[in-house]
Amino acid sequence: MSLSTITPDLVESHGLTAQEYDQILTILGREPNLTELGMFSAMWSEHCSYKSSKVHLATLPTQGPRVIQGPGENAGVLDIGNGLALVFKMESHNHPSFIEPYQGAATGVGGIIRDIFTMGARPIALFDSLRFGPLTDPKNRYLFGGVVAGISGYGNAVGVPTVGGEAFFAEPYGSNPLVNVMCVGIARKDRLFFARAGGVGNPVIYVGAKTGRDGIHGATMASGSFEEGSEGRRPTVQVGDPFREKLLIEACLELMDGNDLVAVQDMGAAGLTCATAEMASRGGTGIEIDLALVPRREPGMTSYELMLSESQERMVVVARRGSEGRVRHVFEKWDLDAAVIGRVTEGGLLRVLDHGRLVAEVPATALAEGAPAYRRPIAAPDGASECRQLDLSTLPLPDDYAAALLDLLQSPNLACKEPIWERYDHMLFLNTIIRPGSDAVVLRLPGGSRAIAVSVDGNGRYCAVDPRRGALIAVAEAARNVVCAGGEPLAITNCLNFGSPERPAIMWQFVEAVKGIGEACRAMQTPVTGGNVSFYNETSGHAIFPTPVIGMVGLLEDVAYATDQWFKTEGDLVALLGETREELGASEYLAVRFGLVRGEPPSLDLERERALQGACLEAIRLGLVRSAHDCSEGGLAIALAESCMGGEGTPIGVDVELGGAIRPDALLFGESQSRIIVSIKESEWPRLQEIAARHRVPLTRLGTVGGERFKLRGATFAIDLPLGEIERAWRGGLASALGG
Amino acid sequence: MKFGIVVFPGSWSQQDFHHVIVDVLKEEACYLWHKEADLQGSDCVILPGGFAHGDYLRTGAIARFSPVMREVARFADKGGLVLGSCNGFQILTEAGLLPGALLRNDCLHYRCKWVHLRVESQRTPFTSAMHRWQVVRMPISHGEGRFYIDQAAWRRLVDNDQIVFRYCNGSGELTREANPNGSLDHVAGVCNDRRNVLGLMPHPERAAEAILGSDDGRLMFASILDAFARA
Repeated sequence: MSLSTITPDLVESHGLTAQEYDQILTILGREPNLTELGMFSAMWSEHCSYKSSKVHLATLPTQGPRVIQGPGENAGVLDIGNGLALVFKMESHNHPSFIEPYQGAATGVGGIIRDIFTMGARPIALFDSLRFGPLTDPKNRYLFGGVVAGISGYGNAVGVPTVGGEAFFAEPYGSNPLVNVMCVGIARKDRLFFARAGGVGNPVIYVGAKTGRDGIHGATMASGSFEEGSEGRRPTVQVGDPFREKLLIEACLELMDGNDLVAVQDMGAAGLTCATAEMASRGGTGIEIDLALVPRREPGMTSYELMLSESQERMVVVARRGSEGRVRHVFEKWDLDAAVIGRVTEGGLLRVLDHGRLVAEVPATALAEGAPAYRRPIAAPDGASECRQLDLSTLPLPDDYAAALLDLLQSPNLACKEPIWERYDHMLFLNTIIRPGSDAVVLRLPGGSRAIAVSVDGNGRYCAVDPRRGALIAVAEAARNVVCAGGEPLAITNCLNFGSPERPAIMWQFVEAVKGIGEACRAMQTPVTGGNVSFYNETSGHAIFPTPVIGMVGLLEDVAYATDQWFKTEGDLVALLGETREELGASEYLAVRFGLVRGEPPSLDLERERALQGACLEAIRLGLVRSAHDCSEGGLAIALAESCMGGEGTPIGVDVELGGAIRPDALLFGESQSRIIVSIKESEWPRLQEIAARHRVPLTRLGTVGGERFKLRGATFAIDLPLGEIERAWRGGLASALGG
Repeated sequence: MKFGIVVFPGSWSQQDFHHVIVDVLKEEACYLWHKEADLQGSDCVILPGGFAHGDYLRTGAIARFSPVMREVARFADKGGLVLGSCNGFQILTEAGLLPGALLRNDCLHYRCKWVHLRVESQRTPFTSAMHRWQVVRMPISHGEGRFYIDQAAWRRLVDNDQIVFRYCNGSGELTREANPNGSLDHVAGVCNDRRNVLGLMPHPERAAEAILGSDDGRLMFASILDAFARA
């Protein structure tokens, strides 16, 4: 083995601490060479090892009757009956997207798709949760444009529809935008694949694109904060090739239909190192590969570069001995490179050769599981309780409520997002029964009689004031959205986006948010099946809002339950399930009208939330509900306006009278939780009353669907606008923010 | 009736066509791999949507060289029915089986949305179950769908009744807002002069079941089945 002197500087430049390096010395019983140091550096990075988060993540509920696979695999898997499994996962690509928005977002899409089909599932849908700084800043417009173009360019070409998501804009994300991508796939329950190497002597096969020098140390890059001049790190971002990924999907799924494969793993972060180490570690075996056999794009690559390259669209598969010919035949059919690069071995060593010469020899489990777990110091930040204070008496009521409504409707956070999602194919595979724009997307399942509902949610502003409450709300709202669409919430995946875990205040936010998620998931009986933690989302010490994003999946046993948020028929009765309290804290209204991010986020009682969801779901299943819409950002007034607009036909008006002894702006725009607006046939009112009473959910009759005006009256206010005017504000909001 | 659905590397609407033909219409369908010059006895050949060969060059520029395309051309030459949707339309123009070209959308980005189409000619085996000026609803999903052709060739299309669909609004009017990609003369679909090859940017297979928002696309399949029954 070639010797190299590992200096403290070299260790530090690999993002490893002196203590971590000592631990490596103990594991190896000798000094590592440069290749081995690089492998440890990547695998022990925050991005790959979850070293700051894993002790906290361990507190989350991960079990449930439907869970086939929880955290720890490429993706979570649920049993959804009829022999089908739902495979889903969310991941962040924040850092690469900040450095190079188009490719950063594109390769985020590519990576999460590979996590799904490696489990044997056909990827059927993508969702994106995006956060940017205000669009008034040209830099943010550039990042936003690049990210949307990247998702569109990759997702459309690879042929996986992008059917939903969210986009939110606020100052702190100017220092670090968020790009979280979720993918959902469907597999036959008896044909699932797991990334566990097995069968000593079985061939390890490299498939897909050739290896180049791109993305070396991407995982390490994603585990550090940014300073000025991060553009210099562009070479750490990979370049995506959706066409090759499409070929990989088809070739792998074709092979998985037979009996030739044992395990499949994507080469994502930390490339060949991660794929081989994790497969061997999970399978309790070793792997030996020879780098001389790795297809490469350029000559003269060192073992260090080959082991750490993050070139995209590459996979490692373990095949059954004797299946090499068939495997090669299928990949040749799809014009993909495939090469046997090694074998599964006994013992637990990952051995890397180069032309037969040993260049690295490390216990696979030490790389995959051996990173230290940190209990980093935690401290509530200064001013944490101060920013919860909000004296409403200092805030004047609007003079003109109609103008206040229009201002909110055109705020980029509430405005119509169609300019984003019309750039994504959201109909491919003929599953999209309820399209983007409604509370949750509904996709029918193979066979056509059942469906799933999916929602992606997070509110960084709530979390900035109270991370625990904000996370609780994110889970509850995601479940509520699924219920509004007619689905029974089943489980979540998540993406936890935070600043540097080395700062106690950030670590406090993280721990609080994890507590909130755990609490809500236990109450809603929606286990966590996996996800991703993204730390170091900050530049020059300015961190983002703490932003846990929840991806909730639900099941509809009958497609007929599918319900959208749009009013349907003149004369239908509009009612509110749940109640409105005087809660304006951390609202969109405060941000738009007063530029304030303060005050307690809305309260949430999980028992009440469950009762509300139970009542709504029962009413939907009984066929009472024509439309159901969650009241969230922007409150009741915005939710009513959204129910008038955005459906397939022409907009339809509403005439509503609101009672209540609270401030009128809180009544209209406050974001009290556990509320759903439904529209029903007038004659169904007694049945709805009966259901609400039985579930002990407050029910208020609000008004009637119909006409061509948006009418909203209370004791001290009256809004009466033609639909055209609210539609113009809402539809044009994003374009005018972009200067279009 | 047997439909052959061509699969290029990067095609993605083939499963959708297969589903509509087999599960909805209860007819026969097979996939035709692009490397094989064999149409397997298909009565109608479909070129589906997608990004054949990645479409990193001009859309359809590589796909037209696939071995299967020689057979498709021969089949069309003998009067066989050939339908190209989206990427399939782009490939048919590149292969010279249909006139015109598809350029980048005038909005310069990809658009996926429902559009209205006005049936300009029912004198084709693909539209015989529709009537002239009927307004039908189907989705589009493309970045390069702006139909273009030179003035003289456009004149010939009009004179020969080869413009089969135009983008319109819900009332059948050819307004500027109703043209989603800036196509010349609102052209959404054209046929060859023999009328047995049709290309259109919209996706009839995505509009074949009411639960998806429209079943107007069924009229196109009904027309094809009718043409086959008469032949």
